[in-house]
Amino acid sequence: MYAAIEAARHGAGRVLLLDRSLIGRGGATVMAQMTVAASVGPGDTPGFHLADTLAAGRGLCDEALSALLCEEGRDCILEMDAWKVGWARAGNGFAQVQAPGHDRPRCVYVDFLNTGPAVSRTLRAQVQRVGDAIRRVGELAVTDLVVQGGEVTGAVALDVARGGVVTIAAGATIIATGGLTRLYARNSASANMSGDGYALALRAGARLMDMEFVQFFPIGHLAPRLVGMDPIMWDPFRYKLGGRLLNAAGEEFTERWGGGVEAGGYTVTRDLATYAITKEVEAGRGSPHGGAWLSFSHLPAATLRAAFGPVIDKLAANGIDLTRDAVEVSPIAHYHMGGVRVDTRMRTGVPRLLAAGEAVGGANGANRLSGNAITEAFAFGRVAGREAARIAAAGAPRGFDAGSATALLSSSGPARNTAALVARLQAVMARDVGPFRTASGLARAASVLAELRAELGEAPPGAPGAAHDLARLDWLDLR
Amino acid sequence: MRARLLIQRGAPGEAPREEEFALEFEPGESVLDGLRRLRVEQDATLAFRYACLNANACKECMMLLDGRVIYACTARLEAREMRLAPLGNKALLRDLATEIAPPDERLG
Ligand SMILES: Cc1cc2nc3c(=O)[nH]c(=O)nc-3n(C[C@H](O)[C@H](O)[C@H](O)COP(=O)(O)OP(=O)(O)OC[C@H]3O[C@@H](n4cnc5c(N)ncnc54)[C@H](O)[C@@H]3O)c2cc1C
Ligand code: FES
Repeated sequence: MYAAIEAARHGAGRVLLLDRSLIGRGGATVMAQMTVAASVGPGDTPGFHLADTLAAGRGLCDEALSALLCEEGRDCILEMDAWKVGWARAGNGFAQVQAPGHDRPRCVYVDFLNTGPAVSRTLRAQVQRVGDAIRRVGELAVTDLVVQGGEVTGAVALDVARGGVVTIAAGATIIATGGLTRLYARNSASANMSGDGYALALRAGARLMDMEFVQFFPIGHLAPRLVGMDPIMWDPFRYKLGGRLLNAAGEEFTERWGGGVEAGGYTVTRDLATYAITKEVEAGRGSPHGGAWLSFSHLPAATLRAAFGPVIDKLAANGIDLTRDAVEVSPIAHYHMGGVRVDTRMRTGVPRLLAAGEAVGGANGANRLSGNAITEAFAFGRVAGREAARIAAAGAPRGFDAGSATALLSSSGPARNTAALVARLQAVMARDVGPFRTASGLARAASVLAELRAELGEAPPGAPGAAHDLARLDWLDLR
Repeated sequence: MRARLLIQRGAPGEAPREEEFALEFEPGESVLDGLRRLRVEQDATLAFRYACLNANACKECMMLLDGRVIYACTARLEAREMRLAPLGNKALLRDLATEIAPPDERLG
């Protein structure tokens, strides 16, 4: 949405904002509950933010992209504020919390656990304010980019609601499809985060980088089962209240695995905490469901309520009283540091094709600092929108011919349970392609993937043209 | 525990039919958890809408449970007969999926 707004502001008169789901509701952005990192506090600078980003990335960041994230991102946070997103206030400035890996309180948020919905709503309102220059169309799943004479001239999409085939000619195309964490059995993803953008980019001739850098969020909710709560919900609790991460014996253990002592704080970065929990479980000291305990029982009820008001009631409805009960947590697939390789203008190297947001690789190296992802989505979206407007204004492609890209969507294949194939993929990814990988595990995963590929066949199951056909959509995702 | 899901199926213009599915579940699982597992274990062609699964952020999973509007991702499975139908006040796409996109964000 930021890219569309920026493209229109830079003179693009016909911007098409597509989503395979409902506009602004299908991806990770609306699900983000927590915080957004930007150097908007007194004394903070993009340079300090950059230093922390590079350190968290373990020396493997594309530094130019990281710098762009920290600089452009800061402006976007302020622009979002001017657009009345409602960042929480403290005194004369923003309320900012200190997330692990940041050298100071740097993360703004919207209470209570409302950052993502507020961000989505605000961008949507701005998109609508732009008016006719931006056309929004939901329920269009892009399945292929159209490449002619080495440039991307548009896309082919499945009209999910009606089952039809749609072709789109475009002077510039931005891939802003988010990440790939739905590939894993335990994840924080929506149904639309299967890495479509990587496949689209790769097939169009763009390059991917750092695809092995999947971020596992260490304290994903494991047990007891909760309804109406996202599995990453404990992160904001830890930001505000610390809490204690404990093994089966009730001991804090992160220090044992190189993570340092937390002592009721929240300081260990995501990669080290994931490592510590995994090792502790391997050592036989995990919680009953194979994770760690997270406890806030040392805090008074009034403190919990002041920090999380309505969320405490939601927990009560699930039978959880944090003054009494600890919960079980364990690592889940959460974010993808890798992605499409771009330059600092979000160009992929394939003419007329840009990428933005989580779909882009490199800015966060091997480990993303908390709060950097929304900032990245804003900043890279804004830059890509600007660049797309420039490319489109410089001249349209010579013609548009979707050619064979539509054939797949019109083809009919034998019935098969593609939902079960997705589940098998998720299981093998979780088992063998998780945070800790071995050569033999990867070889085993590769052979399962080859089997799945063979079972998938050459055409989506059933006939084209059915409304909301999840079996065919799963097939296209698996492809 | 076991739920009996009676699910209304069909496309616009067809006479709606009710199909029955038996589903084992663990306490605390949502109706959406159950529907997604039904697709994996029994019938991948079942149509219903969802995006965010747990966050209750996308608001796509609205349907009728025993005649009342629910979010499938926050309603719990129960060990009884549960009747699921598409929203009555929205155009039907197929099975439990209805046209809920804002009119100016649809194709056409
Ligand atoms: C539960 C959760 C909580 C998070 N919390 C935070 C947080 O507090 N702070 C933070 O900084 N980061 C957080 N993150 C990460 C952050 O939200 C994401 O990295 C960021 O929102 C990505 O934005 P995006 O615009 O790149 O992608 P998304 O917001 O994921 O949007 C991608 C869109 O592309 C659409 N799409 C995908 N494929 C296709 C296709 N083939 N055709 C058409 N459309 C398609 C999807 O439907 C989706 O709407 C969180 C992530 C999750 C999952
Ligand atoms: S699945 Fe998103 S609100 Fe229910």
